[in-house]
Amino acid sequence: MTGQDTHHGMRGGDVSPPPAVELRRINKRFGRVHANRDIDLTIDAGTITGIIGENGAGKSTLVSILYGFYSADSGDILIDGTPVALTSTADAIRCGIGMVHQHFMLVPTMSVLDNVMLGREGGFTLTDGISKTRKRLAQLSEDYGLEIDPDALVQDLPVGLQQRVEILKALLRGARILILDEPTGVLTPQEADRLFEILRMLKQDGVTILLITHKLREIMAITDDVNVMRHGQMVAHRKTKDTNREDLARLMVGRDVLFTAKYHEKEPGAPILEIDALTHHDSRGSTVLSDISFTLRAGEILGIAGVSGNGQSQLLDVLSGIEPVQEGTIRVAGEVIDSRNRRDPTALRQVGVAHIPEDRHHRGLVLPFSAAESSILGYHLTDVAGSGLFLDLQKIEARCADLMQRYDVRPPDPQWRSGGFSGGNQQKIVVAREIAASPQVLLVGQPTRGVDIGAIEFIHKELLAARDRGCAILLVSVELDEIMALSDRILVMNAGRIVGETAHGEADPNRIGLMMAGIDPNNARDITVQETGAA
Amino acid sequence: MSSTPPLPRWADIGLLPVLNLMIAMVVSGLVIAAIGENPFDAVAVMVKGAFFYDGSLGYTLYYTTNFIFTGLAVAVAYHAMLFNIGGEGQAYIGGLGAGLVCLALDQVMPGFVTIPLAIAAAAVFGAAWALIPAYLQAYRGSHIVITTIMFNFIAAGVMVSLLGGVLMQPGQSSPASRTFEPSSFIPFIHEILNGIGIEAARTPLNLSFVLALAACVFVWVLIWRSRFGYSLRTLGQSEPAAAYAGIPVGKTIVVTMLISGALAGMMGVNEVVGVNHRLVLNFTAGYGFTGIAVALMGRNHPVGIVLASLLFGALYQGGAELDFEFQTITREMVLLIQGLIILFSGALSYMLNPPLARLFARLSVGPRREVQA
Repeated sequence: MTGQDTHHGMRGGDVSPPPAVELRRINKRFGRVHANRDIDLTIDAGTITGIIGENGAGKSTLVSILYGFYSADSGDILIDGTPVALTSTADAIRCGIGMVHQHFMLVPTMSVLDNVMLGREGGFTLTDGISKTRKRLAQLSEDYGLEIDPDALVQDLPVGLQQRVEILKALLRGARILILDEPTGVLTPQEADRLFEILRMLKQDGVTILLITHKLREIMAITDDVNVMRHGQMVAHRKTKDTNREDLARLMVGRDVLFTAKYHEKEPGAPILEIDALTHHDSRGSTVLSDISFTLRAGEILGIAGVSGNGQSQLLDVLSGIEPVQEGTIRVAGEVIDSRNRRDPTALRQVGVAHIPEDRHHRGLVLPFSAAESSILGYHLTDVAGSGLFLDLQKIEARCADLMQRYDVRPPDPQWRSGGFSGGNQQKIVVAREIAASPQVLLVGQPTRGVDIGAIEFIHKELLAARDRGCAILLVSVELDEIMALSDRILVMNAGRIVGETAHGEADPNRIGLMMAGIDPNNARDITVQETGAA
Repeated sequence: MSSTPPLPRWADIGLLPVLNLMIAMVVSGLVIAAIGENPFDAVAVMVKGAFFYDGSLGYTLYYTTNFIFTGLAVAVAYHAMLFNIGGEGQAYIGGLGAGLVCLALDQVMPGFVTIPLAIAAAAVFGAAWALIPAYLQAYRGSHIVITTIMFNFIAAGVMVSLLGGVLMQPGQSSPASRTFEPSSFIPFIHEILNGIGIEAARTPLNLSFVLALAACVFVWVLIWRSRFGYSLRTLGQSEPAAAYAGIPVGKTIVVTMLISGALAGMMGVNEVVGVNHRLVLNFTAGYGFTGIAVALMGRNHPVGIVLASLLFGALYQGGAELDFEFQTITREMVLLIQGLIILFSGALSYMLNPPLARLFARLSVGPRREVQA
């Protein structure tokens, strides 16, 4: 239930102002899915409020209603104490609501100025609009320390600055209530810290901020209030200073959650996968992997840290045989693979290389297939799928049912459509399939992206168990916490190169963060890294 | 979290085609009423003409045979997300293959040698005609819709030049080959029935119909029970998943199209070896194109295709009766009705999907079916 806290006068006035946003009994259904059920939410003016919840808890639906994307089936929205009808995003913007989307809504080939001006160009010619926008942009940049070159093309800016353009765009439209949807997903830890500084500054100026995230660390670091959603309902409201990560996680999941999988030191075995001077170019000829060399041993988890898009995906594609080797050599289980000796994914599976792909919707599963059919993807030519030219459906379904039981996939129905499972259960099907092949090498890409906390815990446990059985695991993830929790060794990738390596015990998130951003941490004395300590 | 959940399976497979058919019937009825005839009388004549008049069922099943082959050809390719529009040309060239075997062997070999070879040749020729578009799609990125359409025209050109040239019967002026020896005819069903003492009218229905039903079983096993079918469906549903699984994309496209072309080619068996007993021009008569509508209406499943083929067969045969019985309903009017059914069942087959899905969503607001971990 939403706490009806007394509103302290934010500016020291005697009369407490009305809350910036008040939602009353919001309901929204999509067919059978009750995405939002009787949601009450009060956001005090000039605060940073978090909404936290697992995937599918209804967070996105709720902010989409607040931003006018969807209209609620029932319920009231009050902005500054006044009931409003938000039937479009234009209505929301008029009410002073701005939104920074998880995936930026920018035109990459246009300049910063053009982007922030988009939709409010002014008269028939652009002259007037350009000069006014330029002036306001300069003003805003100065007020909030949001320095940016208005004439830079958006595509040339790093992700952190692109996000800044989004924030400026919202402010320029007069946003006094700023919604940020998973804003740190694409940022390095340093960029995230910088964002939080900006948010604090905006808050001091009286901007109300609503932060949607599934990262507990961020909630604890920056918010004043936090609301927890689960299964479409608002299950708790807390003052951030009165709560902690464990409490919030329990509220999100509905049970206690182990945060760090139980890592323990273990001596690795013989080298299984040796990569030497691997270089790769994409179809447009740009270099995506540059001189990559490393060795992976049996019974070892090697983590690859990096901001998304720095060559990790291509590395997985080449190692799994989806992309042929162009330059360099891969030695795996006695086989030598190079540009002349190619192996496709089928051949690599035969020598014991399994692959949990980054994108389970397009690669890991075939969504319209039944779970049983998806459970043989990549193995449909082997004995587990049948004999001779034919598939043995009974055998496949029985095996799938067995895997589902062991990996606690719900519902445990092999005939259920793959696309009908929740993200965590889909990922469990993929993980089960690949680990069941008892691979020597397991390539893992973003194993817990879009997966709920309960399933994350489970998948981490399974990966560590596979390691303990002697499997060599290459773990690629943009979640630094995940890499640090599981890896025996960590390599950091930036712009297609390996820029650093640390062992499990010596991993320092700040150093790794700098390396992820392409900065040599030993020459970075002038860059002060601020701890995101709050609450 | 999509805005509308998908239709229940039974509604997608059963209800939707029936509704589409009813809309087509209502519109056709309005057209018939507009020219001053009673639509209900017309329907009665069509049904009787397709199923109840003497020999009419044989004609209906003869048309059905053609539609099954071309419908299966479209369906097999469709499961790999390949839109094979070239059934017409593949059937034409497949018929050429069957005809060439008969012309070469009918005077020296018995029927039990010639006929199987003719069937095999139809499949091989049909497959070969699909090979070039398949190769171009798989390895050169030329869109298969464009290339298969163009190959229909090339097939037509090839047949005109052959039948007007080397294959034309000497001393004749019509573009057709000589008639085969009766030993190489595929037996008519009425002959078989008469042989075992059952009275049956002369119809073009022959044993190719059994071949068509066997092809249905083959396609079902291929798509849903074979390892290759799994590769084919994976490719059709998600090319990235196929690449991830190590399914060779180019090879799978080529093999799928060969099978599709072979099925279309076997339509030529029915026409050339079963009915005409010689090569003539335009024996495909649009069956290849109608196969697209058949496959769409039959939801690319062999059982659905048999039912849709039966419907179209009845439509062709019953339509001919309409033309016969009503002064005002001309051949063109029958084509119009057929066109309406193809339009609503084929081209617009998913037109009613969104409103129907919304209706179902509203009717069945129940517990969440997406299960949380």
